[in-house]
Amino acid sequence: MTCLLEVSNLVMRFGGLTAVSRLSFTAMRGDITAVIGPNGAGKTTVFNCITGFYRPSEGEIIIHREDQSTLALHRLPGFAIAKRGRVARTFQNIRLFGGMTVLENLMVAQHNRLQAATGFTLLAVLGLGRYRHVEAEAVERAKYWLEATGLTDRADEPAASLPYGAQRRLEIARAMCTDPVLLCLDEPAAGLNPRESEELNALLLKIRAAGCSLLLIEHDMGVVMKISDHIIVLDHGKKIADGAPADIRTNPAVISAYLGDGDDDDEDAVPVAAQ
Amino acid sequence: MSDAVPAVSGRDTLIRYLRDAGGVGILALAIFVPFIGLRLHGHMNGLALGYRPKLLAIGVVLAVLARVLVLIWQDRRVHQGRAAWRAARIASAGKYVTPLLLGFAVLLPLVPGIANFYIDLGVLVMTYVMLGWGLNIVVGLAGLLDLGYVAFYAVGAYSFALLAHYYHFTFWECLPLSGLFAALWGVCLGFPVLRLRGDYLAIVTLAFGEIIRLVITNWISLTGGPNGIYNIPHPTFFGLNFNLGGGAGTFSGFFGIDPDPKQLTTYLYYIIFFLALLTNWVTLRLRRLPMGRAWEALREDEIACRSLGINVRNTKLTAFAIGAMFGGFAGCFFATRQNFISPDSFTFIESATVLAIVVLGGAGSQLGVALAAVVMIGIPALLQDLSIYRMLFFGLALVIMMVVRPRGFVSTRTPSIALGRRKLISSELISEGHG
Repeated sequence: MTCLLEVSNLVMRFGGLTAVSRLSFTAMRGDITAVIGPNGAGKTTVFNCITGFYRPSEGEIIIHREDQSTLALHRLPGFAIAKRGRVARTFQNIRLFGGMTVLENLMVAQHNRLQAATGFTLLAVLGLGRYRHVEAEAVERAKYWLEATGLTDRADEPAASLPYGAQRRLEIARAMCTDPVLLCLDEPAAGLNPRESEELNALLLKIRAAGCSLLLIEHDMGVVMKISDHIIVLDHGKKIADGAPADIRTNPAVISAYLGDGDDDDEDAVPVAAQ
Repeated sequence: MSDAVPAVSGRDTLIRYLRDAGGVGILALAIFVPFIGLRLHGHMNGLALGYRPKLLAIGVVLAVLARVLVLIWQDRRVHQGRAAWRAARIASAGKYVTPLLLGFAVLLPLVPGIANFYIDLGVLVMTYVMLGWGLNIVVGLAGLLDLGYVAFYAVGAYSFALLAHYYHFTFWECLPLSGLFAALWGVCLGFPVLRLRGDYLAIVTLAFGEIIRLVITNWISLTGGPNGIYNIPHPTFFGLNFNLGGGAGTFSGFFGIDPDPKQLTTYLYYIIFFLALLTNWVTLRLRRLPMGRAWEALREDEIACRSLGINVRNTKLTAFAIGAMFGGFAGCFFATRQNFISPDSFTFIESATVLAIVVLGGAGSQLGVALAAVVMIGIPALLQDLSIYRMLFFGLALVIMMVVRPRGFVSTRTPSIALGRRKLISSELISEGHG
């Protein structure tokens, strides 16, 4: 198994506040890596650094490509991380194009591939070139993800009119339409009922099986413990544990971070409650 | 109607109406007493106070009746279900209005015996339709509030005027150049404002419009300053001009007909009609291409766009540039039509008018913008007989319009692609953009 994402010595400061300090971890290719931690631990900040919404104060974020070459994400402008780094993300508070249909959302996600086929838009305006063909392909790809997320029936409805769970799934489908190597999900199970949570697990495993690695922030331990291959625990901006779910479950530092110090009798409290 | 009314008894409704309308009556009385009820007469030894109780009563009764009508109308709308009511209205309207308007526009100058005034008015309206459609790209699709659109109109007009004045370029040579220059200025404006949103963007674009106008006004050696530029050539018809003298090389001479000012006006009319249709066609095409979809996505959520690898900077710049290009074409046409341009034609009120057309029409809607241009430009011109009351009625109409349809005449959005049938998207779901 090879390394896909390598974060080393990441520091993020906001004025005097250090949200993330000297964080290093790796995410392996083909793994589901979960980042957990109490509220305010800096999980979303790490995500925003990786996906280019924040520029890290210090440290490096490197993507290792399959051909052994590397790409330094921390040096790229925000949008290029999705375009060249092929890192896609979803948001904690869903960000869809509400006034556009479900299908349109998925077409916008394929912007760069489609735009390349328009001959600087000029040819496509005149109806020349191979745009038609490429657009048909894009629609097929969109259909595939609509099917995978169970949204095919609602393809022509505005995204804002979908129920909450469907909006979450659409955001994942939209991210997948960018054809990423790494999909970063910021609390994908937030607000889902148990059945929807189960469906989400299946979807994430399906995405992994299709060859896309995942990085996951999640509070729902049912999701984290069941599907993660690797868990990183943050507290106050620092990494306090890193390992397989079974190890994290029994790690005293993790338990004290979640429950406060001195609760050694309740070693299993967090993971058990979460199962 | 009555079957849809829920279980609210007629008596309750009546009491509610009476209470509400009574309040309005008292308010009207308080306001109307000094304005209508009392009147000062000139008298031999000074002024005398007169009373007009009858007129006062009529005023108050009218106010009460108007209020009752508004209440009844509001109740009707609630019961009918607004969304369905709107969607049905728009769908049926859109189907017939577009071909009707288009047919009317094509045939207008061909109506036998039509006065030159009406064709000329058609030219004016069509210019604003084109400007509205151009600005619609920036405001309606990309959601960037641009208060300085007139700058590009001015750049287009002065590009042609200066090239014609100093280098004797013709209209047809300058038309593409004007668009190109305006697009370049659009990019120039775009760069500094990329990071701004909403109010701040509006202010900077407003300032940009003023800067262009002030430069034109003060660079007297080049532009003639406030005196403007005269003798800008009219367009030629395959090399034939429209001189009223007739003879060889003129339109009338070549076709062996009597010279008539209407020939030139008609020609201008079809040029601007074609330019406006071009704007519309390009916009409609772009909406279905990645660039247009990225504009709309930008209006909906800029951060999500970034996360999908869309270059937000370039996307905004293309919107500014293409919007500006059509403004430049329109400006070039304006210069050739007027024969004469000066900075007075490019004041802020022009930007405001075009923006009002876009907002009134329904940002993003091509049909709405065309209708709004007819209403905003055509109707005030036709109402000139009403003299001073013209703007009063006009202002009132705009206020009512924005109360009744706050998102414009046509506020629904047609999806750019669909697996099945395209369903209109209601305006409640569409974001207005954040700048």
